[in-house]
Amino acid sequence: MIQTLTHLPHPHEDGATLASHFTDLAPPLNARQAQLEASRCLYCYDAPCVNACPSEIDIPSFIRNLHTDNVQGAAQKILSANILGGSCARVCPTEILCQQACVRNNAEECAPVLIGLLQRYAIDNAHFSEHPFQRAATTGKRIAVVGAGPAGLACAHRAALHGHDVVIFEAREKAGGLNEYGIAKYKLVDDFAQKELDFLLQIGGIEIRHGQRLGDNLTLSELHQHFDAVFLGLGLAASKQLGLPHEDAPGLLAATDYIRELRQADDLSQLPLADRCIVLGAGNTAIDMAVQMARLGARDVNLVYRRGLADMGATGHEQDIAKANQVRLLTWAQPEEVLLDAEGHVRGMRFARTHMDNGRLQPTGETFELAADAIFKAIGQGFDNAALHDPLAQQLQRVGARIFVDEHLRTSIPGVYAGGDCVSLGQDLTVQAVQHGKLAAEAMHAQLMLNVEAA
Amino acid sequence: MADLSIVFAGIKAPNPFWLASAPPTDKAYNVVRAFEAGWGGVVWKTLGEDPAAVNVSSRYSAHYGANREVLGINNIELITDRSLEINLREITQVKKDWPDRALIVSLMVPCVEESWKNILPLVEATGCDGIELNFGCPHGMPERGMGAAVGQVPEYVEQVTRWCKTYCSLPVIVKLTPNITDIRLAARAAYRGGADAVSLINTINSITSVDLERMVALPTVGTQSTHGGYCGSAVKPIALNMVAEIARDPQTHGLPICGIGGIGNWRDAAEFVALGCGAVQVCTAAMLHGFRIVEEMKDGLSRWMDSQGYTSLQDFSGRAVGNTTDWKYLDINYQVIAKIDQAACIGCGRCHIACEDTSHQAIASLKQADGTHKYEVIDDECVGCNLCQITCPVADCIEMVVVDTGKPFLNWTQDPRNPYREAV
Repeated sequence: MIQTLTHLPHPHEDGATLASHFTDLAPPLNARQAQLEASRCLYCYDAPCVNACPSEIDIPSFIRNLHTDNVQGAAQKILSANILGGSCARVCPTEILCQQACVRNNAEECAPVLIGLLQRYAIDNAHFSEHPFQRAATTGKRIAVVGAGPAGLACAHRAALHGHDVVIFEAREKAGGLNEYGIAKYKLVDDFAQKELDFLLQIGGIEIRHGQRLGDNLTLSELHQHFDAVFLGLGLAASKQLGLPHEDAPGLLAATDYIRELRQADDLSQLPLADRCIVLGAGNTAIDMAVQMARLGARDVNLVYRRGLADMGATGHEQDIAKANQVRLLTWAQPEEVLLDAEGHVRGMRFARTHMDNGRLQPTGETFELAADAIFKAIGQGFDNAALHDPLAQQLQRVGARIFVDEHLRTSIPGVYAGGDCVSLGQDLTVQAVQHGKLAAEAMHAQLMLNVEAA
Repeated sequence: MADLSIVFAGIKAPNPFWLASAPPTDKAYNVVRAFEAGWGGVVWKTLGEDPAAVNVSSRYSAHYGANREVLGINNIELITDRSLEINLREITQVKKDWPDRALIVSLMVPCVEESWKNILPLVEATGCDGIELNFGCPHGMPERGMGAAVGQVPEYVEQVTRWCKTYCSLPVIVKLTPNITDIRLAARAAYRGGADAVSLINTINSITSVDLERMVALPTVGTQSTHGGYCGSAVKPIALNMVAEIARDPQTHGLPICGIGGIGNWRDAAEFVALGCGAVQVCTAAMLHGFRIVEEMKDGLSRWMDSQGYTSLQDFSGRAVGNTTDWKYLDINYQVIAKIDQAACIGCGRCHIACEDTSHQAIASLKQADGTHKYEVIDDECVGCNLCQITCPVADCIEMVVVDTGKPFLNWTQDPRNPYREAV
């Protein structure tokens, strides 16, 4: 139970009814729909969709395989570029990636090919009797991966594929990272993150040690000493603070904390319900939070952002999901004061209206108050500095808070690689993290094999 | 509105759209429905001698396009499996009820004079408008010495046609098989035998696909299969060529041609007429969509004729024949090159890879700052093959533009590079 919300009631509906509100937001295609959709692909050369995919999946090729009844071939093509192709098919913002780039997204055409749903169809219907990739002969090299999120898992799989022995150090009880703990429930249903994990581990050569937290019971110095290479896929564990008084008051918490609880809940009716709530932020996490609270039965969900709709990190598609779930999007307002009731619980928030003044965001002087039983912060994730406090870790070159890496995902310390949200490179997307992990494993492999040849 | 009525080989019809001899014209029920839908005529499914043929199950299979649209159908059905007496009775009644429609009776009996001499008066007595000789059926019947087995031997074609002209006063249309090397030989034989017209093409020997699980071709009969006759839009190009071959053959000049093969809409029909046909027959399109398609065919053809100022089919029948010639008479100095309309281009890159891998490396792929590609024709490398235009998914995006080479018309028979050129 989330301590800061124990004073709130539970949802009115029973568990089964609530569960029905969290089924697939975008239902899978059936065989006929997949055939029809696949036939729309023009099999472009130097395809814009591939150029737009951070993990470089050969989209025209997998769709052609699908269209010619070669579902396993399609799935293998996807997985060879992106071992988490199943979850990426579900959580990727395809509307700003492959499907935006699709030549059929041209104004003169009808609509982009539904690449995400076709990818999901291929992965879900491949039914491999054994793992589709064969592990190379063992090299005897040992690789430490910190964090079992998409970046770490992709790195581990690729490294294991090349014959290295991998140990993943994961702080939480389950592997999967944001796929397990952070993505909206209706985007990854039926325990998909764990199923995908089981599939990934079939490659062999990967050991996961849970309860291992860097900066707590684990240091980079030790890992660097005991392993031939280290990959840091730490994510961004810390939620950003508002910097206002009463930030710790009951009823005010990070959206990620609530979503994690929701994702792990067996019975949604036991969750605390904020009938009136405020979500602060403008990214996909803010949308996920607001929509999930609305689906739990909250009647008054306000998503408040200090700038305009066009500035929101959440895509138009995500904003539409929010609107379809009766979430009110309030823009040009920034938090000014957390309002508490007599018992010290959150009762609302006062906002200052904002506007752009000579290119700078400024309060207009006007304020307003919104009543709320809870306030969820989704104003971004930050680096958890505690993770990198040991002497070696402190030597890591940083870009802002994030870890600096070059295009081969090498940090400033030889033998230490990093990827995913914790690094300075690329977008904060699952598919980007997978690509980082994959490329880091390739870079490690090239380096380790070079050393072998030299020796 | 243009007048679609025709007189073909002496047979009058309110429009040139006839149903070909096939399952859709098997019995009165179907034919009446076709006439109600507006078809100008039908060729009744082939009659033979009793006892009637016996059919197998299953009978059809298809060749599909990318989106399960049927490109062609293959069938192994034989001629009518109903008695001659029933068919003749029904034909008589239908003709009586629908006097303004063309009703042709297709016939196939053994290649002996007596057989033809016996059946022809019975058919003529029905009041039908003409007969069509089925010399084309490629499956089953040839194994019994009929159908394509006759059509493939010009001497037989000529002989049987002559018998029919001898024992019957009706117009005789000879239906030709495409399963032959040179279609003109069969047409000339029919012409010599006194045929009033030819109709073509009948179906093409085919196997549409193989069931890879059961390792048997389609359509299957139990665990076996056999080749069938292929029809539908996929055969249209073959039919058009054969029609043109006959239309421009001086030896059969003036012989009316009824076009058959993949006609599914008014445009297909107009193309057959432009290459010399005076009427057309349709089957597969009706089998896929029902008889109602004739409505759009008539409307479309009529409007197009109006837009062109044609008042009757005769106005444009054969208009494209004169422009169809032998390769050696083509202008060797004519040159077109591809021009890409950049505003219409959606950036799929198909023109580039097609030209780069399989043609003349004449389309450059230029990577743009935003990661997309721009495709540009390299004029000096382009030979004007049309491949880029063919693979482009956007109609009218790639235009083949005529280049003024400044050179006069020159065909291969006159070209100095031709060692066997004709003396000027």
